[in-house]
Amino acid sequence: MVGIITYGAYIPRYRIKLEEIARVWGDNAADITGGLGVREKSLPDMDEDTATIAVEAARNALLRRDLDRDAIGAIYVGSESHPYAVKPTAATVGAAIMATPVMTAADYEFACKAGTAAMQTCMGLVGSGMVKYGVAIGADVAQGAPGDALEYTAAAGGAAMIIGNDDPIAEINRTCSFTTDTPDFWRREGQAYPRHGGRFTGDPGYFKHVQGAARMMLEQAGTKPSDYDYAIFHQPNAKFPQRVAGMLGFTKEQITPGLVVPRLGNTYSGASMVGLAATLDIAKPGDRIFVTSFGSGAGSDAFDITVTDRILDEAVFNRGAAPSVEGLLANPIYVDYARYAKHKGKIMVQK
Amino acid sequence: MSVPRFWRKIPQRYNLEGTHCEVCGRYFFPPRNLCPDCRRDGKIVGHTFKGTGKIVTYSVIRTASDQFADLTPYVLAIVELEEGARMTAQVVVENPEDVYIGMPVKSVFRRLGTDGESGVISYGTKFVPA
Amino acid sequence: MRDVAVIGVGCTNFGEWWDRSFRNLFVEAGVMAIEDANLAGEQIDAMYVGNMSAGRFIEQEHIGALIADYSGLATENIPSTRVEAACASGGLAFREAVIAVASGMANIAVAAGVEKMTDVDTSLSTDALAAAADREWEGFVGATFPGLYAMIATDYMHRYPLTREQLAQVAIKNHYNGARNPIAQFQKEITLDTVLNSTMVADPLRLFDCSPITDGAAAVVVAPLETAKKYTDTPIKVLATAQASDTIALHDRRDISTLDATVAAGNRAFKMAGLERKDIDFVEVHDCFTIAEICAIEDLGFCKKGEAGRLTAEGYTALDGNLPVNTSGGLKACGHPVGATGIKQVYEAVLQLRGDAGKRQVAGAEIGMTQNVGGTGATVAAHIFGRT
Repeated sequence: MVGIITYGAYIPRYRIKLEEIARVWGDNAADITGGLGVREKSLPDMDEDTATIAVEAARNALLRRDLDRDAIGAIYVGSESHPYAVKPTAATVGAAIMATPVMTAADYEFACKAGTAAMQTCMGLVGSGMVKYGVAIGADVAQGAPGDALEYTAAAGGAAMIIGNDDPIAEINRTCSFTTDTPDFWRREGQAYPRHGGRFTGDPGYFKHVQGAARMMLEQAGTKPSDYDYAIFHQPNAKFPQRVAGMLGFTKEQITPGLVVPRLGNTYSGASMVGLAATLDIAKPGDRIFVTSFGSGAGSDAFDITVTDRILDEAVFNRGAAPSVEGLLANPIYVDYARYAKHKGKIMVQK
Repeated sequence: MSVPRFWRKIPQRYNLEGTHCEVCGRYFFPPRNLCPDCRRDGKIVGHTFKGTGKIVTYSVIRTASDQFADLTPYVLAIVELEEGARMTAQVVVENPEDVYIGMPVKSVFRRLGTDGESGVISYGTKFVPA
Repeated sequence: MRDVAVIGVGCTNFGEWWDRSFRNLFVEAGVMAIEDANLAGEQIDAMYVGNMSAGRFIEQEHIGALIADYSGLATENIPSTRVEAACASGGLAFREAVIAVASGMANIAVAAGVEKMTDVDTSLSTDALAAAADREWEGFVGATFPGLYAMIATDYMHRYPLTREQLAQVAIKNHYNGARNPIAQFQKEITLDTVLNSTMVADPLRLFDCSPITDGAAAVVVAPLETAKKYTDTPIKVLATAQASDTIALHDRRDISTLDATVAAGNRAFKMAGLERKDIDFVEVHDCFTIAEICAIEDLGFCKKGEAGRLTAEGYTALDGNLPVNTSGGLKACGHPVGATGIKQVYEAVLQLRGDAGKRQVAGAEIGMTQNVGGTGATVAAHIFGRT
């Protein structure tokens, strides 16, 4: 069965606390952190971008399980912050993991669910026998306009899922998606920062699509929330996934391992996949995992996953060979808003 | 650096692809096609370096050219890769004072620079404490 | 091979000359040298000019032809050759001129050096200078030229007992000497505080450990020793000419703190001259950075590795010391118009041996040496001169 062969994540070491952002813009820190359920978010080093994050995540996946690079037949990178508008991040990843030239590749955009869309594409290519391994990456150096609500959560990070059907560590039993044309959050070509519809992003956006895909999945799979050990929902903040979990019937315990947003922020295309990586970091054989991503514009991809015993089989997979999400979240380097602005390119310099 | 010139060395810059002389056992990075010891008597094959090594010497650069001005202060070092070859690279640390001769390091994939706002982005290898 | 002598020398003031162009500078130096040699232009058989980077600094190549033309000698159709070895361009140009005369291919040859560095902004000049190192594997990954010498300093200070204060003494001494040299860019003495409080450029090297960006030109005339007295009462004999190379990148060196090319060139020079280190009365070395002078003194064999710092602090290399080093003020105080430096070193050696070094005269100087380095040590030219 088609599944996850190996996975890896990467989170830059720098962090800024939300109270520091609030200090600069004159907002009430307690209100902000309380409202969002997020305390701090990650930001890239001066020489990091979506491509470097994607490469590190993919290399981490390959550290856990080395694969014949010639057998990697597809690479898709989903992001809202590809370094080039034209020239695919996926090609750079391909060169950096020595999978070129025999492979197909493309970059994806679907707001925060571009990475899970890449997973679905790889599932199709693998399942149809067109490729042996497909690499799906969701990575972002998310941007929020200075002073805008999004600035509190827009973070940097990513994860890579390598899909195949040869001894996966987790089988993807099923995937389904719920997609509509909904302008809840967008960024026009050439604009530096995204815009959003405020409260419109909630019910007509996130909740409608996550529930749409999740309920469709439960129906198609014939399962109830209690059949799952873990659940990961897209996490633009801590409140939305907690609320939608409750609405669907999932418990706090099920979503906790995958809920990294309080300490990481929203890594946009990386968000659900980093949450899945964090869950795989602690999963045991037989665990069943429910994932529903969300991307503005809008759509949700749901996955029903069962962990196999290969996850603990050191002959084929060494989970400890790459940093876990907890490991990547440890030892952060805190910076102030000025450093943060410098790193995020928010200070205008003479070019 | 011009587009073809950068592109030509992508396998070396991204993946530390170097060479090895099977006759005398020396490893070369950057790659050499002629062993300086054996010369025509040598036998050169490809070798991809593991990326682990230690710092041999270093300096904290505080005044840099335009290309690297955003990064100052940054650590420039000569790293001796585990296989024996030495290369020049940046070592990424938050506190330059933490760097010392002999410090173990490992390779990471980072941006080296860009050709301005509209030009090509150069990626390559830097090091972090291991 | 016949013996060669220097029969005339000239050197412009070194500095930041807004009003003088590349062409102005070398013509000035060239005219001085020819007049000093009591020559007519038509007597010159060949010209060799050291220049590192006119292509970057003034977008001009074909320097040999340009120099011949603006010297008024294109009408004589003289052979004129540009020689490039980064900061050792001048030293190599001098060697080429010596070889041309020694071999009999030329009877009178001019060796000049010129660099016009200040027409471009600092960022471009810094980048142009970085081409002396390995652009592909040093410059492109973030190595600056001071950064490379700083790495030599870090390695050196890790292994040998050199203190930061001893290193500063190199700059202090050279500024003291430069204050007594009319052509030097910097004419003021400095103190330990000046050096230690100056801006950090690349740890541990500060601004005052680094030679500056400078415009300047120098020229010398060489002729066979046997005919030298026709042109000057004080011909200075070239006792040895030597050159050596090493890996271009610092990371490929056998020993980061030893410039093997200096060791090789020095040994070759002493062998050719049939002399020993103790015979040398003064030496001009390539102090592009203070640490370079420390290494040069040791690598030329004047003392053991690790000792030059202590010796400098003790005054051994001062004007009145046992072995005066950089009586001209070195690159640090004279300035470093790259291609001209190697020729300026010859100019200083000749003045010393003629007894014309004024306030910086080394008493009883009979034999002097020059050492000129390209990049971080990939090329070294060494020469020994003696009174006749």
